[in-house]
Amino acid sequence: MTAEVIAPTPSRPGTDVPGRRRVRDRSPGLTTIGLVIAAAALVPLVYLVIRSAQAGWGGIWEVVSAPRTLQLLRDTLVLTVAVTASAVALAVPLAWLTVRTDLPGRRVFTVLSALPLAIPTYVGGFAFVAFAGPRGTLQSWLEPLGVDRLPSIYGFWGAWLVLTLFTYPYVLLTVRSALRRLDPSMEEASRTLGASALTTFRRITLPQLRPSITAGALLVALYTLSDFGAVSLLRFDSFTRAIYISYRASVDRSGAAILGVMLVALTAIVVVLEIRSRRATTYHRLHAGGSRPPSTVHLGRWRWPAAGLVTLLILVALGIPVGVITYWLVNGLQAGEPMRLTIELAGNSLWASLLGTVVIVAAAWPVALLAARHRTRTSRFVEAACWVGYALPGVVVALSLVFLGARVTPALYQTMAMLAFAYAVLFLPQAIGAMRSSLLQVNPELEEASRLLGKGPVATFRRIVVPLVRPGVLAGSALVFLTIMKELPATLMLAPTGFSTLATQVWSATSESFFGRAAGPALALIVLASLPMVLLVVRERD
Amino acid sequence: MRHLRLPAIIATVAALTVGAVACSTSGETSGGTNTTSNGPTESITVYSGRSEELVGPLFEQFTQATGITVNARYGDSAELAAQILDEGENSPADVFFAQDAGALGAVGASGQFTELTSAQLDAVPETYRSPNGYWVGVSARARVVVYNTDALNEDQVPDTVDGFTDPSWAGRVGWAPSNGSFQAFVTALRVTEGEEAAGAWLEAMEANDTQVYEKNTAIVAAVAAGEIDAGLVNHYYLYQYLAENPGAPVANKFLTSGAGALVNVAGVGILTSAANPTGASSFVDYLLSPTAQEYFATETSEYPVVPGTPAPEGLPPLNSIGLSGLDLNRLEDLAGTLELLQAKGVV
Repeated sequence: MTAEVIAPTPSRPGTDVPGRRRVRDRSPGLTTIGLVIAAAALVPLVYLVIRSAQAGWGGIWEVVSAPRTLQLLRDTLVLTVAVTASAVALAVPLAWLTVRTDLPGRRVFTVLSALPLAIPTYVGGFAFVAFAGPRGTLQSWLEPLGVDRLPSIYGFWGAWLVLTLFTYPYVLLTVRSALRRLDPSMEEASRTLGASALTTFRRITLPQLRPSITAGALLVALYTLSDFGAVSLLRFDSFTRAIYISYRASVDRSGAAILGVMLVALTAIVVVLEIRSRRATTYHRLHAGGSRPPSTVHLGRWRWPAAGLVTLLILVALGIPVGVITYWLVNGLQAGEPMRLTIELAGNSLWASLLGTVVIVAAAWPVALLAARHRTRTSRFVEAACWVGYALPGVVVALSLVFLGARVTPALYQTMAMLAFAYAVLFLPQAIGAMRSSLLQVNPELEEASRLLGKGPVATFRRIVVPLVRPGVLAGSALVFLTIMKELPATLMLAPTGFSTLATQVWSATSESFFGRAAGPALALIVLASLPMVLLVVRERD
Repeated sequence: MRHLRLPAIIATVAALTVGAVACSTSGETSGGTNTTSNGPTESITVYSGRSEELVGPLFEQFTQATGITVNARYGDSAELAAQILDEGENSPADVFFAQDAGALGAVGASGQFTELTSAQLDAVPETYRSPNGYWVGVSARARVVVYNTDALNEDQVPDTVDGFTDPSWAGRVGWAPSNGSFQAFVTALRVTEGEEAAGAWLEAMEANDTQVYEKNTAIVAAVAAGEIDAGLVNHYYLYQYLAENPGAPVANKFLTSGAGALVNVAGVGILTSAANPTGASSFVDYLLSPTAQEYFATETSEYPVVPGTPAPEGLPPLNSIGLSGLDLNRLEDLAGTLELLQAKGVV
């Protein structure tokens, strides 16, 4: 057996027809469910087209051709590429260090390095400005050294830094779970055949990680397109910021919609490129493989420097925001500010997040199955459609569901059911990515064996597929749970009237400069949002 | 059993979810429709562009005084206006309470506001209400210059916004061009000094490296930190900031002339689709009552607009502020302002 055979084998379209695939491609039921989900995911786009049409062709052309629009397009693309690249560059080594090496304190690092994701950018952005702004806390520490003001954090570099620090865990989490599921026998074979550690990583490990890296990178890239908190507080002019300005300045829904359609077009290009680049490749184990964990890489004298670097990253990405919020809390308590943290707020946040997570996981399952097992034109369309809501600014998605809800389903409008639906439109891809990657690593032959041995489809699914994809499903759920807890625009517009969450409370207080009052709910939000993530990591067995 | 049973968990949570949704949905419908009688269950739905921090206690006082429960949905004024427009006829809102006249104007223009009573409209000076009677201002806020008292004394702060175009202010001033109240001020500049002068001022400010912030609160914080020396904001953010950061080196300078001294309002309107128009009308009455007017003066540091209630302590009287007499209805061309701001590269 040569390394070529062990490595993922791209199967050419013409030869890609072993008997089992032909059978699997025929699944009208699954495809229908997928199309229904795609239709729901495309609601925001339909709304945007309706609103854009109100401007007429002349109005549309005016917005599309404006020099400012082109400038926005360029700046947004540059930011997206930069954030994605740096998030991958940060996350892949971090994942490897925490999964495969004898890094001291790796359990603790594993938990802490994923947590920046729990910090909403509208809080993290404030914290970074307060800490690293021209006259922020950092400057006051450096004042004795004669530093009168720091170089401006505002603009591209600030937005890039904050977005990278708060999104790299998307890549970290997907890559980590893939690394843990890798069949160690492939790497061992490569090493036995004389390949160096580096060659093995490059030719065996990295290609196996590719789907998870791309899945994470796509989440980062499209999140960057949709983020408002960081770009507004760090003053970087992006598409999303321009869309918000159109609403806020003159309630100009048409202008905002035209920009929104352009954003969807941009998303479509990115997603289609990604889906196409995912060639029909085998990622599952070819044989029974080893069920033991992969061998641990000994870092030797690099152990402590590596630990130092990871600590530094965590101090910056987690320490700064949590430190600043704690400072607000202490400051507010000293000034006698009322603490607006109630069990009800936390309960509402938990309830909304849990409900949304269940709906999303249920909807993500058929799409992930389609994407992993039935690579047809329709399945690609379904998968791409699901990304629309994720890449759009939350306010656009929320308004589209306001439009749909109030006019078509008034009975459901501003109920928890509607809110959960909104969360699904917004965050479905987060679950799909994690679930698809783990499905890709399940060898269909295992299911066939189960069927041949007389088990029905349900029993096979329960006894074979579920245990194998459980890590992916749980990781996806934790991710979705945490993201919903931070969500703002849809919660403000679509939750039942009077339903406040930790996120809306934080927003309400910070919008009036009551940072002390925002601190309690903000800390509670970060802790609650990270709980599932922490449990997941603690449950991991070495 | 060291592994959690995933299907079992999902099934349990799903069952709980469906049950709870069913309960909450049925609860919703029974509360929303039973609003016509004057019984203890009467309620109104208010879309509030003013935050719970500022007006939540006032809503509670209203409920205590009238027995009408307020179901409040808080949000950004402009986004709530967009939401009401997208909801159309089916809007669950009875009342829209907005931060600024611009958002109220947008809803009024769509025909979704009913006319208020003449008693409600006449309670405030003509400049603070809609000419079609669609909305009425309930509190006023002045545009001011917030400045760092370590870096400047009041005399060094220019008396009009034109002063900030001087090269000595390069990079030292902050503004929030995407903010509704800033845009109302630019509209006032266009109305009072003409399109060309307004454009020239924006250009000069832009050329003078004026620092862009997301909102008023961020400017006040930046001025307090000494990041910039002065900023163009609404007057009342300062008092909230000082409440949390007593002794911070910041103060307001009220301008005496020019558009920089614009006075804008927060106001309310009642929707044509209101399920409880009488409850909504009592709510508007309440906001115009001496109790609520005094609440604005003491709790949110805003100016009362109904004659008879004194201005907040320590603030100059409303009629001494430059543009306090400007008719706010002349400020409705927000689209023109946005165009100008975009043309000058400010937003």
